Amino acid sequence: MLDIRNIFKTFNAGTVNEKTALQDVSLCLKDGDFVTVIGGNGAGKSTLLNAVAGVWPVDSGSIFIGDTDVTGLPEHQRARYIGRVFQDPMMGTAATMQIEENLALAARRGKRRTLRPGIAGKERDEYRELLKILDLGLEDRLTSKVGLLSGGQRQALTLLMATLQKPRLLLLDEHTAALDPKTAAKVLDATERIVQKDRLTTLMITHNMRDAIVHGNRLIMMHEGKIALDIAGEAKKKLTVEDLLARFGQATGSDEADDKLLLG
Amino acid sequence: MMAFIGTLPGAISQGLIWGIMAIGVYITYRILDIADLTVDGSFCTGGAVFVVLFGTGVNIWAALLAALIAGMAAGLATGLLHTACGIPAILAGILTQLGLWSINLAIMGMKANVAVNVTNPENLNRLLVSLRFVQDVAKGTRPITRHPVFVVGLFTAALIAVLYWFFGTELGASLRATGANQNMARAQGINTEFGKVLGLMLSNGLVALSGALLAQYQSFADASMGRGAIVIGLAAVIIGQVLFSRVFRNFALKLLAVSIGSIIYYVVMQAVVSLSGIDTNYLKLISAVIVAVFLAIPYWKSHYFSKSVRKGGKLHA
Repeated sequence: MLDIRNIFKTFNAGTVNEKTALQDVSLCLKDGDFVTVIGGNGAGKSTLLNAVAGVWPVDSGSIFIGDTDVTGLPEHQRARYIGRVFQDPMMGTAATMQIEENLALAARRGKRRTLRPGIAGKERDEYRELLKILDLGLEDRLTSKVGLLSGGQRQALTLLMATLQKPRLLLLDEHTAALDPKTAAKVLDATERIVQKDRLTTLMITHNMRDAIVHGNRLIMMHEGKIALDIAGEAKKKLTVEDLLARFGQATGSDEADDKLLLG
Repeated sequence: MMAFIGTLPGAISQGLIWGIMAIGVYITYRILDIADLTVDGSFCTGGAVFVVLFGTGVNIWAALLAALIAGMAAGLATGLLHTACGIPAILAGILTQLGLWSINLAIMGMKANVAVNVTNPENLNRLLVSLRFVQDVAKGTRPITRHPVFVVGLFTAALIAVLYWFFGTELGASLRATGANQNMARAQGINTEFGKVLGLMLSNGLVALSGALLAQYQSFADASMGRGAIVIGLAAVIIGQVLFSRVFRNFALKLLAVSIGSIIYYVVMQAVVSLSGIDTNYLKLISAVIVAVFLAIPYWKSHYFSKSVRKGGKLHA
């Protein structure tokens, strides 16, 4: 479903701030794969997701979604295939617009935006039903401005928006990191349900090793712009946090586990 | 005092006409979150195109449409400078504005001022609005339905209705999303570059239309008629917001608030002139100060008058 072939990305090339963020990364996801991504700060996790989403072009390599080569497509055209939830709860929704307006925008992802009404009457009932699943009481607040919602509510709404039109690929960039533990668990729970229900091909970054182990059928760990570990299937099911730290040490050649990774 | 009351219909007419420009400013400043300085130039473009075409006997509606299209072209220029050339929006607007100075003069045959011949009654009667109609209605020689307040009021209402419809469509909603959150807009497949260009075109089209109406009203176009237009537009937007934001929540009413804000601005300016006898050359200074104060108030409020919040620490921590 997703095929990343030998991509490279260097920021600020030729300056003192030069930073090689992705080095010859290749990754292939099968239809319905749910891959969790872990790694320390600056390991290239978010860079990988942004490369796939098309936030900026990669230096070399290519990216396919299904049979479509999206390497040269701008962000808004790739959005046809991709649903995204960001780390920052403010980033995924339009604060000055109503809940139903945000949903209606998402329902038209990848379609031509015409002079037809921005939201049709029958859509509202559909949205109300979908919001009920989130169990946050948003179904009675369709016309509230999104700016009035809490961070957790906004993330849950963004998740719904990302999956309203079934995406071929779902990108979750530490989407629970900015939330309190209880809300984070709720949003993660909703994520699991939605991904399972629609059998979505998913790439989820997380700081939490336990979440990375519990969720998904495959786990990759990034280090210095490369994929350092790739564990799938039965091996992943048996994985523990201790195993993961040990294998991370072996893979990267450092005997001390990254503190940030452990604490995250 | 009587002199002031006597000038009210004129001030309200002017306020309504400039209100259409202010609605254009609202689209860029409030909806797209872009401070577009093209308007100082495109306002005159509208006036110039209208006066020249009208002078050659073109139908008034065709001349107004041409002014609208000319303004949209100016917006297109700014939009392309901003999106395709990566120039910051403010600078892109300033560049277009500067270029328009020459273009506006060229449209007017390299003259700084071109008049509409209103001494010819046939010509005068073809006009939609004119300062003379204000006097004629007062004298009773023209029906009240030809009063500029009535005509431009109707014009504004129709315009607000069209804009209300447009910003409710899929395309209009994508423009609002572009202004509200570009990251979100792009993630939802919205071409934000296109949205910005379209918004700038729409805005400057309205600004030019307003310029065309003003040129008609005062029966001439002048190369410097748009100077400071952006400040007047902002004044109208802010006055409307300060006075009506608690009552007017609907989008159409917010646009109406902008138009009313513009009228209030002109009535206050007229009051200052009539009642204090101040030299009218000081009006621009007064406008600048008023707008600066109104723009500063929200900042002062949040920084110096918020007792309940302790200083230090993050606002959104």
